[in-house]
Amino acid sequence: MSVDTATVKKVASLARIAITDDDAARMVPELNNILGWIEQLGEVDTAGVAPMTAVIPNHLRLRDDVVTDGNVRDKVLANAPVAEHGFFAVPKVIE
Amino acid sequence: MTELTDLGVRALRDGVREGAFSAVEVAEAFSARVAAASVLNAFIVETPDHALAAAREADRARAAGEAPKPLAGVPIGMKDLFATKGVQTTAASHILEGFVPEYESTVSQNLWDAGAGMLGKLNLDQFAMGSSNETSFFGNVLSPWRRNDGGNAPLAPGGSSGGSSSAIAARLCPAATGTDTGGSIRQPAAFTGIAGIKPTYGRCSRWGTVAFASSLDQAGPMARDVTDCAIMLEAMAGFDAKDATSLQLDVPKWEAGLNPSLAGKRIGIPREYRVDNMPEEIEALWQQGIDWAKDAGAEIVEVSLPHTKYALPAYYIIAPAEASSNLARYDGVRFGLRDLPAGAGLQDMYAATRAAGFGDEVKRRIMIGTYVLSAGFYDAYFTQASKVRTLIAQDFDKAWETCDLLLTPTAPSAAFALGEKSADPLAMYLNDVFTVPSSLAGLPAMSVPGGVDKHGLPLGLQIIGKALDEQGVLNAGLALEQRAGFTARAEQWW
Repeated sequence: MSVDTATVKKVASLARIAITDDDAARMVPELNNILGWIEQLGEVDTAGVAPMTAVIPNHLRLRDDVVTDGNVRDKVLANAPVAEHGFFAVPKVIE
Repeated sequence: MTELTDLGVRALRDGVREGAFSAVEVAEAFSARVAAASVLNAFIVETPDHALAAAREADRARAAGEAPKPLAGVPIGMKDLFATKGVQTTAASHILEGFVPEYESTVSQNLWDAGAGMLGKLNLDQFAMGSSNETSFFGNVLSPWRRNDGGNAPLAPGGSSGGSSSAIAARLCPAATGTDTGGSIRQPAAFTGIAGIKPTYGRCSRWGTVAFASSLDQAGPMARDVTDCAIMLEAMAGFDAKDATSLQLDVPKWEAGLNPSLAGKRIGIPREYRVDNMPEEIEALWQQGIDWAKDAGAEIVEVSLPHTKYALPAYYIIAPAEASSNLARYDGVRFGLRDLPAGAGLQDMYAATRAAGFGDEVKRRIMIGTYVLSAGFYDAYFTQASKVRTLIAQDFDKAWETCDLLLTPTAPSAAFALGEKSADPLAMYLNDVFTVPSSLAGLPAMSVPGGVDKHGLPLGLQIIGKALDEQGVLNAGLALEQRAGFTARAEQWW
């Protein structure tokens, strides 16, 4: 597959990265070069092969259903660009 | 007397224990050297007070006759990918500039608990994405090495742990933390003539480490020699309930278990690692490594890892896919940069923040990751890559039927000049051709210095082991290290 400017802009919007038309045009050959190269994976016969889900055999542990790290609101908010009244503040989303 | 800054981890630890010098003297000597080497740009933040506080505690404990901690008196460098409480942690990005964690990563906490002090936060490729340290928002790291051809081209210290490798090679710290996703400990170690080990995936907790690709990321130590790596790894590793992928196993006594004899060991030479256009010097180094392994008592066997050529393309699907997901948390809401254009709504704020906060390589990988995970392409790219990953792991499993360890070069060349590959992302990616397969399989692997090329630049040999066999890897590394007798060091010009 190869991408064009419209696809690059679509992917950028899915990735929530603002790009200019010039950026998109510049990225088209870069991404196509990389995508063209990873295409070679298509030639590997993977019929009957399970996709890897855990690199080292390990099973997920469950923890007790208790609060272990609560009451740290101010720490959680300490690096917020904008915090108000003990909450993260964002631009108005509902008029 | 030898300069304190010429001593490694073991020598510093033992010297402080024996009272040959004080921990405070050590911390002051290294801090002064860090401060005088700013042209290398190895550190983003210097923290001499942290190192000094740990040193004072080590000296106090010794004076009080308390049992010494494993790393008491040893100051180290901390890759700026580990969250350090109260000290700026940026992953070398603009989006995290000014971020001061309220918590400590498990690996760094383990090191402080072992008595180590911190000299500062080390520069790296932004979000650990890169092989040359040219993607940091805080500028390129320079290698202390220079070619001996009279040219003064600034060389790449490797990446992503290039601040770590540069600092150790320049004797700014005796050891440092690194992280390895596709070779980010081993390749910079090879480029700068030091040792570094990526342990089995799950040995070191990933909690509090800025995530790049969660199924691959693994912390490990970088130091001047194999013994120092063993000491550091013992302190860093261990089960952590806060990381769901942490292995619930005791940490072996790797330092005490060190043994340079390879008698009875079969060392595999993977034929597919003889790549096209490999420089003769790399071939010669590899052969030299084979001869050293034989001399240490090993039997050499040829093995085949048939899916090797697909490891790199699989990696450059899987790692960006995981990165695109992991880096979704940088959105200008909870921490880090916020760019809010006039009149912008929430979506515009996300997009503007991420556009301003991420560097080009990070954006490129997020875009690739988003593309390969998008509707219609997921199976063709991500699922196929995950299946190829299974085949790559099975190749290793099959190799272990005939050998105990694998020996390969670490990187396909010596350090290249800054700027030489940065315009061509694919050429840069190819630098990790020998390190990526073992990362995909989660195996322990280390690089040790093997010799120098015709320009006097270090070249590394890589040893890959079975899952959980760090001891075997370290032992083989020690056997090679003893025979290589690598003493070359960068002439001080900074």
